[in-house]
Amino acid sequence: MTTIAARRTHVPFWLVVTVAAALWLVAWFAALPLSIWLAFEVLGLEPGTQLGEAVAFFLYDVPKVLLLLTGIVTGVSFLRSFVAPEKVRSALAGRNAVVGTAAAAGFGIVTPFCSCSAVPLFIGFLEAGVPLGVTFAFLVASPMVNEVAIVLLWGLVGPQLTIAYVIAGLIVAIFAGLLIGRLGLERYVEDYVWKIRAGSVAIDDHPTLEVRLRDAWRSTLDIVGRIWKWVIIGIGVGAFIHGFVPTELVVKIGGEDNPLAVPALVALGVPLYSNAAGTIPIIEALLGKGLPVGSALAFMMAITALSLPEMMILRKVMKTPLLATFVAIVAAGIVVIGYAFNWLT
Amino acid sequence: MAELVEVLGPGCRRCSELLERVRDLATSEYPAIETRYVTDPAEIVGRGFFMRTPALVIDGTVVATGRVPSRTEISAWLQAPKEVHP
Repeated sequence: MTTIAARRTHVPFWLVVTVAAALWLVAWFAALPLSIWLAFEVLGLEPGTQLGEAVAFFLYDVPKVLLLLTGIVTGVSFLRSFVAPEKVRSALAGRNAVVGTAAAAGFGIVTPFCSCSAVPLFIGFLEAGVPLGVTFAFLVASPMVNEVAIVLLWGLVGPQLTIAYVIAGLIVAIFAGLLIGRLGLERYVEDYVWKIRAGSVAIDDHPTLEVRLRDAWRSTLDIVGRIWKWVIIGIGVGAFIHGFVPTELVVKIGGEDNPLAVPALVALGVPLYSNAAGTIPIIEALLGKGLPVGSALAFMMAITALSLPEMMILRKVMKTPLLATFVAIVAAGIVVIGYAFNWLT
Repeated sequence: MAELVEVLGPGCRRCSELLERVRDLATSEYPAIETRYVTDPAEIVGRGFFMRTPALVIDGTVVATGRVPSRTEISAWLQAPKEVHP
C-alpha cells in the first residue's frame, strides 16, 4: 500500500484501465485454444500421449495462472486499500474471546500481511488491548487465507477445494485463538512488549481511485515478479506428474492406506514456506493422480500457516513456551483437519 | 534532494530488499543522502507502522508502505521529495 504517487502518466487513466482490461480478457479466452494449437499443431505432439498431455497442461496452466494472479491480486489490493489496518486493530480491541477470535480470523483474510509484519502487528495488537488469543487467531488466518494461495487454488484446483481450504483455515485459526486465549499464556510474552506505546502514522487516508489502482498494480507487479519463476517451475513439475507419474504410486504413498501421510505432508510443508506459488500446481497434479483431498488441504495449510522464518521473527516478542504452544496447536489443528477431510470424502 | 531516508522493517526479506535498493541508489547517485534502517520493533510500532512494513520514509514523509517500490519510483522520490508529496 502506498500513499503517494510517484509519477504522472500522460495517457488518460481510464484509457489505460480499459485497454489493460480488454487485453486481459483477450488473453484469458485465447489461452486454451492457443495452448492446444501450440502443443498439437506447432510442436506436432500427439493428443493422448504422455508427452503431449504434459506439454499441453504446461502451456495452458502458465498463462492461465499468471493472468489470474495479475488480475485478481490487483483487484484485491485495490479493494484492500479501503481497509485501514489501524481500524481493524481498534475493531478487535476489547472483544470477548469467541466474537473477537472469529472476527480476527475473518479480518485476517482482508488485511495485507507478510511475515515481516508479524512482530509489529503482534505488539500493536496487544498494545491496543486485543486479547492474546484473538491476536493469534489473526496471525494464523492472515497468512493462510491469502489472495495468492486462493487465486492459485481456485484457478488450478477448482472452487470446491478452495472453499474447503478457506473454511478449514478459519476453523484452525479460531480453534488456535480460543485455545491460546483459554490457556492464559500472557506471561510468556516478552516483557518489553507490554511497555511499548504505539504511535500513529501520518499518511494520506483518502487517495484518489487512480492512485489506489496504480498502487495496487505496482504492488501486484512486486508480488508476481517475486513468484512467477516458482509458479512456472511448479507447473513444470506438475506437468511432469500429470503426464508421467503413475496414479498407483501417488495413491500408495499419499492415500488413505498410509496413515502417516497427513502428518508427513504437514512436516514437509513447513520448510516449503513462501513457496505456495510453486507448490499448488504440484498439488493440483497430485490430486489428479488420486491424492486424497484432506492430505492436499493439510499440505497447503502447513505451507502457508507454518513458516520457519516467521517463527524465528516471532521469537523476538514471545518466549519459547508460547511460540512452541502456538506451533503445536496450529500443526495439530491442521493434521486433524486433514484426517477429517480424508475421512469425509 | 532528500536528506534522510528511512527504511522501517523488522529484518525480513522484503525489508532488506528495499534497504538494498535504497542504499544502492544512494551510494551510486545520491551520496549526500543519509540512510537509516529501523529494525527495532518498539520504534516501528511507536511510529505507528505496526501493520505496514516494509515502509519507506523520506525526510519524515511516508512515501510507501507494505511493498517494495521500484528503483524508478524510489529515485523520483529521492530527487524531488517536496514535489511528489501532497
